[in-house]
Amino acid sequence: MWKKRILALIVLILGVGISFFVFKSEPKLNPNYENEVSFFKNFPFRLGLDLSGGSHLVYQADVSQVKEGDITTSMDSLRDVIERRVNLFGVSEPQVAVQSSSFLSGEGEKLIVDLPGVTDVEKAVEMIGQTPLLQFKIEASADSLEKELKVNEKGEAEIVLSPNQEQFVDTELTGRYLKKATLEFDQTTREPKVSLQFDETGTKLFAKITKENVGKMVAIYLDGSPISTPVVREEIPSGQAVISGNFTATEAKQLVGRLNSGALPVPISLLSKQTIGATLGGDAVTAGAKAAIMGFLLIALFLILWYRLPGVVAVISLSLYTAIILALFKLMPVTLTAAGIAGFIISLGIAVDANILIFERLKEELRSGRSVFDSTEAGFSRAWSSIRDSNISTIISAIILYWFGTTLIKGFALTLGMGVIVSMFSAIMISKIFLLTLTFIGESKFARFLFSSGISK
Amino acid sequence: MFIIKHKKIFLSISAILVFVSVVLFFVFGFKIGIDFKGGALTEVTYQIERPSQIETDSAVRELGLGTVLIQPTGELSYIVKTTDLTEEQHVALLQALSQNGLYPLEEKNFNSIGPSVGKELTRKAIIAVTLVSLAIICFIAFAFRKVSKPVASWKYGVSAVIALVHDVVISSGIFVLLGYFYGAELDTLFVVAALTILTLSVSDTIVIFDRIRENSRGKVGNDFKETVGKSLDQSFMRSIFTSLTVIIVLLSLYFFGPESTKYFALMLTAGMFFGTYSSIFLASPLIVLAEELQNKKK
Repeated sequence: MWKKRILALIVLILGVGISFFVFKSEPKLNPNYENEVSFFKNFPFRLGLDLSGGSHLVYQADVSQVKEGDITTSMDSLRDVIERRVNLFGVSEPQVAVQSSSFLSGEGEKLIVDLPGVTDVEKAVEMIGQTPLLQFKIEASADSLEKELKVNEKGEAEIVLSPNQEQFVDTELTGRYLKKATLEFDQTTREPKVSLQFDETGTKLFAKITKENVGKMVAIYLDGSPISTPVVREEIPSGQAVISGNFTATEAKQLVGRLNSGALPVPISLLSKQTIGATLGGDAVTAGAKAAIMGFLLIALFLILWYRLPGVVAVISLSLYTAIILALFKLMPVTLTAAGIAGFIISLGIAVDANILIFERLKEELRSGRSVFDSTEAGFSRAWSSIRDSNISTIISAIILYWFGTTLIKGFALTLGMGVIVSMFSAIMISKIFLLTLTFIGESKFARFLFSSGISK
Repeated sequence: MFIIKHKKIFLSISAILVFVSVVLFFVFGFKIGIDFKGGALTEVTYQIERPSQIETDSAVRELGLGTVLIQPTGELSYIVKTTDLTEEQHVALLQALSQNGLYPLEEKNFNSIGPSVGKELTRKAIIAVTLVSLAIICFIAFAFRKVSKPVASWKYGVSAVIALVHDVVISSGIFVLLGYFYGAELDTLFVVAALTILTLSVSDTIVIFDRIRENSRGKVGNDFKETVGKSLDQSFMRSIFTSLTVIIVLLSLYFFGPESTKYFALMLTAGMFFGTYSSIFLASPLIVLAEELQNKKK
């Protein structure tokens, strides 16, 4: 008996832990979200385009010039290049996927680009056509800066720099002269840094810049904003430079990828496009969350009123189910769409199904005169075959729907399928552990009342 | 026992409902959405004031985009349905809708689907529906393979399939009405809803059949009729409750949920309702009927 109670306690603690994770990692729920450690920030819900607003573009890739065997490789590198370009523009959670020709998807190699938050299709299309801009700038000489004559409080005249002036001026050296970029780690501090190797022209330019600016700062700009401003100590003739900003390893790796991404390996043309405004998406998220919460509360009310003590247990296991499934959505991560949220909400209803099958069975066993403990055991074991069979048909359909999948349907199939699988676990394992733990209340009339249900005795 | 005694009445009710739904298909027909036939949908919301329908109609007609359907929606919005648009046509359309900037607007939704993409989706939908139906029939035949007395296992399968066709047809009939009166369009979500109804209907039928399976083994009741009757009495409540919980969440999805899944939720609610109805009042009586026919032959 003690074993069961300890197990129940462990499950409860785990459940609270998972709920804590879901709460902490959600900006809308956690008022201190901004101050959280990056671990929590890495796991927001991933929202589909219909919820976040954004653009959905389908490109046709022209692979007629590519050898049959190399198609997959060149499509993959096309995806990587586009992904890097998209990443560059600060789109959060872009999705770039290759859809190869097959029986299901039809002819031709396609590239599907989802850009959450980008509602201007023209801008999006333009973005995908662009490459990153890396610039090297030097300190503007003191003479070239505009100065103003000012009178300070003491009545003395003073020469000051005019405000709002660029501190750095362009040089000829840009990312165009880059041969390659690599990711390195500093040997002493272990900090990630990006090492650049220039080509011949770049090497000469870089040598010239460093020679003329010993003791001064050279600023490295990426897409118009400075990422690193090292001070030159001596002339560098080797054509090697290092950018050591305050990168995380991931950022540094991304930067390297972007810098190395050159031209597109295959030409592409736009097939279809979709834009969803941010307000429409935001409304859908709020409505979806509201529907889920209302659905949950109504079911909880029904369960507790009708099934009494087992009902309370079912509500606890349904809460754990919700926490587990939401955590899985974050960790996998699952892209949530309006249809996906619908799938999740329906799975709430189905998750309760198994509990109801068990409790009705439990009630029958109690009526046949068994003890509370035995009835509970029997309720679980005898309801299992119908739970299993009725859920398998749902899982089969979910798998086929997922395979059939446009993004919309995939979202629905995935949340519904995951929901059914996790709910089988939560109904069978979690509810059972808790209910058996509670059988200690004994065999009194009141105990039997608590374990029964409905309007019957 | 009540249901089995009066099975002819219940079987007739189902037959009538299916018949009415099929008639509805032919009389009203489905409104096919752009998902399947291709085309573009543009939804704009005006910031201050919406230009009149006549103004908008004439401005858009000048673009020569072919058949254009302009529907006012909400207080300040229009939904414009056209053939699929190129980026230039799209920009021109927005320009026309704002009367060259006179009425500032925000584009809430734009979706342009080429005819080839629509065709592709239609093919996918047909494949998916066929596959799911086949897989479920196979699964039921497999799950009930050991139950062959006194009714063969495939008859359970057939009864379940008749019940699920009944559920899908009736809910589609309701969807046709929704289309006729409220403009609900047959889109990807409709296909998903139909497949979900199919699935949940089977889950529900299986719960009852499972009880019949168990009671047949345990020799409950004097004859098969009584076994089924008793099984129904025993599983009546739980069958209604399991569906009730799903209907509760679907209704909260309908009333509180996103606009885009409203018809989806409504159709599923109808599907759940008829799914439960059919597993109690249609599938089980059908099995008894099958047994009776079998006995007559002997």
